[in-house]
Amino acid sequence: MSETKPRSLLYLDGVSVSFDGFKALNSLSFVVEPGELRAIIGPNGAGKTTMMDIITGKTRPDSGEVFFNGEIDLTKKDEADIAQLGIGRKFQKPTVFESHTVWDNLELALNRKRGVFSTLFYRLTAEDKARIEEILETIRLTHRKNDLGANLSHGQKQWLEIGMLLAQEPKLLLVDEPVAGMTDAETAETAVLLKEIAKSRSVVVVEHDMGFIRDLGVKVTCLAEGSVLAEGSIDFVSNDPKVIENYLGR
Amino acid sequence: MITGFLIRALDRNITVAIAVILAIAVLVPASNLLLSADNPLHIPTYIMALFGKYLCYALLALALDLVWGYCGILSLGHAAFFALGGYAMGMYLMRQIGSRGVYGDPVLPDFMVFLNWKELPWFWHGFDMFWFAMIMVLVVPGLLAFIFGWFAFRSRVNGVYLSIITQAMTYALLLAFFRNDMGFGGNNGLTDFKDILGFSVQANGTRAVLFALSAIMLALCLLIASGIVHSKFGKVLVGVRDAESRVRFLGFRVENIKLFTFVVSAMMAGISGALFVPQVGIINPGEFAPANSIEVVIWTAVGGRGTLIGPIIGAVLVNAGKSFFTGAFPDFWLFALGALFIAVTLFLPKGIVGTVAQYAASRKAYRRAQATEAAREAANQAEAGPTSTQAAE
Repeated sequence: MSETKPRSLLYLDGVSVSFDGFKALNSLSFVVEPGELRAIIGPNGAGKTTMMDIITGKTRPDSGEVFFNGEIDLTKKDEADIAQLGIGRKFQKPTVFESHTVWDNLELALNRKRGVFSTLFYRLTAEDKARIEEILETIRLTHRKNDLGANLSHGQKQWLEIGMLLAQEPKLLLVDEPVAGMTDAETAETAVLLKEIAKSRSVVVVEHDMGFIRDLGVKVTCLAEGSVLAEGSIDFVSNDPKVIENYLGR
Repeated sequence: MITGFLIRALDRNITVAIAVILAIAVLVPASNLLLSADNPLHIPTYIMALFGKYLCYALLALALDLVWGYCGILSLGHAAFFALGGYAMGMYLMRQIGSRGVYGDPVLPDFMVFLNWKELPWFWHGFDMFWFAMIMVLVVPGLLAFIFGWFAFRSRVNGVYLSIITQAMTYALLLAFFRNDMGFGGNNGLTDFKDILGFSVQANGTRAVLFALSAIMLALCLLIASGIVHSKFGKVLVGVRDAESRVRFLGFRVENIKLFTFVVSAMMAGISGALFVPQVGIINPGEFAPANSIEVVIWTAVGGRGTLIGPIIGAVLVNAGKSFFTGAFPDFWLFALGALFIAVTLFLPKGIVGTVAQYAASRKAYRRAQATEAAREAANQAEAGPTSTQAAE
């Protein structure tokens, strides 16, 4: 067992997984500290999404260790357990409840008891109401709270999904391509939003948009072929010859 | 807690629907029993029995809507739960016959005497008591749904695969109940019922009470279903239907949510079967036929899935149509049913109630847009007023 494990929020060591012989992750090791905002870049097929699948319990690794908060073994938990432990995930494609209003989307995401009978007899308390209003403010969707999720623009859906993650009150947020398909103005606003969120929790962002990563100004990890290629500041990573060859150069 | 649940359940449409159903529960039996046969408002017994049957089908369609319309589980085996509820009631009615059967055995139903059985199989014990049979009406379908759902939802069987295994489930039950050794009367099923709680099942009064009970149970289940779908749980349910993985990653146990809904729905289907059997006087393995379950899906789709009221309307309309067409053009009924399903899929994908609701919503949005337009124009004019006077100066 490694020395860094007890202190880190998320700890992956030697994680490998293959699908039909294709090695999606090849002995990946990766550590996130509490309160850290981390960006992950890498070419398509580098294993970014697979890594998120492993952390959130969607995929089981063939080998390796995944620990949360130092002692919780995530490879033995399923999605619901892991979400309740405090790991929130935003998908690549914005996934909100289209036939629910923005308000209901947030109400469902709120970190409350999630059993059958507690939801059956749930009543919106003043405290929950205030919390939802606060999140609506943060994600700039107050004026659209009664609109259906389906009627939001692409960028607004992305924000709503981030808002749902906030409502979950996670310790760690995994965000997969938050600015894909956004306008430049929306992208800049999203960077501000994520930095704001990262003040109170750890955030891992997967992104292709180098300008956006530069805006964030945080430590960057570059993945390729299922393992870490380089790690450091954006300038350090983007000057790494291996990164240029594998990712930026192409 | 319960009051909040009920208040949420009674939105305007549901309240109206429940009031209408309860009015039917009183008025139809009253007209049958109190008015003389030559009164134009008199409803003859055969019509009442027919509509009592439709009410049972409506309850079955409502049960299916809860799992299909709200949770996205397309069950093609819901008639199995209906039939199991029906068999539980049928077993009680068989035990009520007593020594009045053809063979006059005080305990054994006729078919067992015919098969040369010497004693009652263990699973027939207790069915001489009404309360026990009524509990079984809920427990047997509920238990089957629980076991089936436990395995299916835990191993995340979804979509078409789930539909196919529900179909396989009802088909397996069909084959099992056809066998004489099963102890449920083989392909003849259970019939020749005499009385229920001491009242003759043939009597007008009994039929009227059964009709009223069918309507009351339909109203009650509508209330419960509405309470479920209007609660936060109901919103989670729709979430499971539209974006299951999102629900999972929000920390909900999707398998428990599905299991609860499936079991509640199966119990409602069981109740509808139990009310159906004394009104039609027979239950046989034919009720397990896969085609029956598919018909329920058609009623629900025609009325409008995910609307609760729609499936009730759909079940009554399609079955009334069936009764009419099978009488008027017996050879064409199946073609009519097929054409109906195609027409609804093509032209009314949201079903009757869904389409009406959509139209009402678009009217409302149009009126609101017009109101804002008018308000803006008024504001413009008010603004234009002073400027034009200024210009004049």
